[in-house]
Amino acid sequence: MTSPRSIEAVLLDEDLTFTLVEISEMCEVPETVVLEMVHEGVVDPIGPSPAEWRFHGEALTRARRAVRLVRDLELNWAGTALVLDLLDELERRSGAV
Amino acid sequence: MEFKDYYKILGVERGASADELKRAYRKLARQYHPDVSKAADAEARFKEMKEAYEVLKDPEKRAAYDQYGKDWQSGQDFRPPPGDARGFGNRDSGFGERVDPGEFSEFFEAMFGRARGGGDPRAHAGRGAFRAAGQPIDARIRIPLTDAYHGATRQLSLDIPRLGDDGRMRTERRSLNVKIPRGVTAGQRIRLEGQGAPGIGGGAAGDLFLQVEFEPHPVFRAQGRDIHVRLPIAPWEAALGRTVQAPTLGGWVELKIPTGPAGRKSLRLKGRGLPGKVAGDQFVELEVVVPSASGAARSLYEQLEKDSSIDVRADIKDLVK
Repeated sequence: MTSPRSIEAVLLDEDLTFTLVEISEMCEVPETVVLEMVHEGVVDPIGPSPAEWRFHGEALTRARRAVRLVRDLELNWAGTALVLDLLDELERRSGAV
Repeated sequence: MEFKDYYKILGVERGASADELKRAYRKLARQYHPDVSKAADAEARFKEMKEAYEVLKDPEKRAAYDQYGKDWQSGQDFRPPPGDARGFGNRDSGFGERVDPGEFSEFFEAMFGRARGGGDPRAHAGRGAFRAAGQPIDARIRIPLTDAYHGATRQLSLDIPRLGDDGRMRTERRSLNVKIPRGVTAGQRIRLEGQGAPGIGGGAAGDLFLQVEFEPHPVFRAQGRDIHVRLPIAPWEAALGRTVQAPTLGGWVELKIPTGPAGRKSLRLKGRGLPGKVAGDQFVELEVVVPSASGAARSLYEQLEKDSSIDVRADIKDLVK
């Protein structure tokens, strides 16, 4: 096998931000779904209005996880937010993910 | 290809009602959802049960499956029925229960055709109207802790779904050299732009998201950016406050043991954890190891016993009557 070229990976952390449009594209859901996630407290953007919202890289991870949980387990957003908070807590306590 | 017993996968009887199927699926899905479960095979198990439920919850697909599948046992070599059951249609059912192309098994495809959209994407592409961005792909990457500390390039092989010339989804093995950013922590995701599934009809490729996991290390344990280490020390090193060698991810360092009550003490080495805007710390848990008393050591212990007036249990004596 020929050696593939190296690809730069970007860390999804607090230094990286996305717009509402970008988040919805990367979660493969309409923007209205992202709005719903924000209203239900699944993810928290920075900025006063949807057009100016910026989401941290970690919010993207959380949003994608939420979309999968809602789709696969048919949870509602509020329940999903709770599940994600509990999973975070569990991961924090166990130390290693 | 192997025959898949969808009833067995969901752990239900062949005659299970729609309600029983749903209950069984929900229970298993909660248990094995890759975003929830820590089981190593969670992803594969979840995929399998999703496929099973997709077929059995749909009365038409279930009837077709029961009809063609009644003579096969799980794992048996399966030849698709002539004609096939594809007429039963796979619909793109919207957000609630979307089915991803390439997600289901070869067995499912043989029975029911491609997983997404009844139509042939080539037909759309031919009219120049159909264009779709490739899907983002999620995967995990397991790296040694030292890679997170120093940064590294790791080779990764992935199965990427791709639309073939015949309009069917198949997976393609792809090899990537991924540059792991320095200071990544377990559970964090990294994004590789355009490395997901290729787009359809000239659409952009999706992104690849990798969730980072650490290989267990025999000495270091990571908690976020902090590193924990257990360091054995001798009783005299603890009592006399000696300087000992301690391992860190950056190499061995000298560590002065504080005197005072020995026992389990934790020392913090600021900034010696994983790097970052705010680097993590290393915590060293001191563990006093008592060597066996034989020969000369025994007489020294006995001397110590005779001379010492300290009662090590003084602290608890008043607490228990």
